[in-house]
Amino acid sequence: MEAKAVPKEMIHAEQLVYEYDKRDEEGNIIGSERAIDGIDIDVPQGSFVAILGHNGSGKSTLAKHMNAILVPTGGTMWVDGKDTRDPDELWNIRQSAGMVFQNPDNQIIGTVVEEDVGFGPENLGVPTDEIWKRVEDSLRSVGMLEYRKASPNKLSGGQKQRVAIAGVIAMEPKCIVLDEPTAMLDPNGRKEVIRAVQKLRKEKHVTAILITHYMEEVVDADQVFVMDDGHIVMHGTPREIFSQVDTLKSYRMDVPQVTMLAEELRKRGLDLPRGILRREELVEALCRLR
Amino acid sequence: MIRDITIGQYYPAESRIHRLDPRVKIVCTLVFLVSLFVQNNILGYVVATLFLGAVIRLSKVPLKYILRGLKPIVILLMFTVVMNLFLTRGGNTLVHFWIFTITENGLRTSVFMAVRLIYLVTGSSIMTFTTSPNGLTDGIEKLLHPLNRINVPVHEVAMIMSIALRFIPILLEETDKIMKAQQARGADFESGNIIQRAKAMVPILVPLFVSAFRRASDLAMAMEARCYHGGEGRTKMKPLKYKSRDRVAYLLTLVYFVVIVAVGRFVPFKLWIF
Repeated sequence: MEAKAVPKEMIHAEQLVYEYDKRDEEGNIIGSERAIDGIDIDVPQGSFVAILGHNGSGKSTLAKHMNAILVPTGGTMWVDGKDTRDPDELWNIRQSAGMVFQNPDNQIIGTVVEEDVGFGPENLGVPTDEIWKRVEDSLRSVGMLEYRKASPNKLSGGQKQRVAIAGVIAMEPKCIVLDEPTAMLDPNGRKEVIRAVQKLRKEKHVTAILITHYMEEVVDADQVFVMDDGHIVMHGTPREIFSQVDTLKSYRMDVPQVTMLAEELRKRGLDLPRGILRREELVEALCRLR
Repeated sequence: MIRDITIGQYYPAESRIHRLDPRVKIVCTLVFLVSLFVQNNILGYVVATLFLGAVIRLSKVPLKYILRGLKPIVILLMFTVVMNLFLTRGGNTLVHFWIFTITENGLRTSVFMAVRLIYLVTGSSIMTFTTSPNGLTDGIEKLLHPLNRINVPVHEVAMIMSIALRFIPILLEETDKIMKAQQARGADFESGNIIQRAKAMVPILVPLFVSAFRRASDLAMAMEARCYHGGEGRTKMKPLKYKSRDRVAYLLTLVYFVVIVAVGRFVPFKLWIF
């Protein structure tokens, strides 16, 4: 058989399908459902990609394929050039693609912040001195170094998520997958987490894949994918995506408030460009009108 | 109110006892507990008291704090004392009225028993007061490591213990939340007899269990995502290593044990009946 070329991208999926059995109340299989149905996706090294979709669109299922928690039932998923179906590569894949989950309480293992951050490196068999260095470094990069001796129970939601991110960073991954990291946080916590992710991208040049349904968080992304019913229905830069307000609405998605306002003004006859993403842009465009 | 419960009762402080290796504290506590039962005269108790007093002093844990730990055993203590006092026979009769008889042996056994129980609880609580829960599980894991050879999953058990410690406060908070939610809908947990009250707990326990299982499954996924694959090939962020102070502690405990056995068993000293 001809060997397939190994993709160079951080994440590369071809015709990805994930099918699961649907069961009735007694546990009998009554059919199967496709959570993901023929997805092609490419995430280049070092980029910031956002995946949007409302509940049940398959975006979390897709995220779980990116570090081999789920294995595709059809098609192929490559992470850093490794096929996720290869059991020998499992731990390498999980090391190169770290994952942050939605619920901050259910992903912190340690009873002290620094011990939790050290959990990943401990599992990788990193020598003790190196673990301490990594823990300190990753706590500093999310701005949580002063809480290193604190108990996770005493932290706010945003702080807990930053500790979870530090825990992933300490494993020195090439890519972090954030599966709705802000869904359970208040607006302040959301800002903290997004800021931490942006800082990491700048300092450590990691690839970031953000799964969310908050539109405001994706304006800085290089690419945006919109998912609906297991398919990718829209793909482009944030500006391209958000200029199609009506299409987005048909997938039960909202656009950022500023974009919405600009769109309404445009409909009333003001001469504004499509796809305004930030408040400053709107202010500037409005000033230019006169 | 439910958050006031502290389990694991760690008293954070900087002291020589706090800094000792958890293994030392576990082993020495066991030695101390055994020592209470191998001796049987007043000199032995004097030695034990001196040793325990010195350790408490060194640990910088306030005596009041330690004595508060005795509260839960007060009833057990009184029961043992009363039982031993009236039911042990032998020796001269000291007091006799109606159907009650107190003999010399009875008084002796009940006093010694009470002191033993108090020292037992104080001795082991000194260990939990001065060792963080994680230190304790680490110590237990390391001490029980030889059992691995007979297929006891030592690492797994230690991991389960430390995760349990992490989730106790979370689940307590959740219980509190569920209780308030049910009270808001008119649930009554305070009135009625014991059976009615137990029945009233069902609407708390069911959602609590459901959420605990959901958390467990989430946590398992998060651990796998961070490459957890059991104890094999795992390094430690805070490995346990014996230092010279730990050796000194072992030595002192050994000396204590030899002294208490020598004095408490072989020196025929008697103060009145004790």
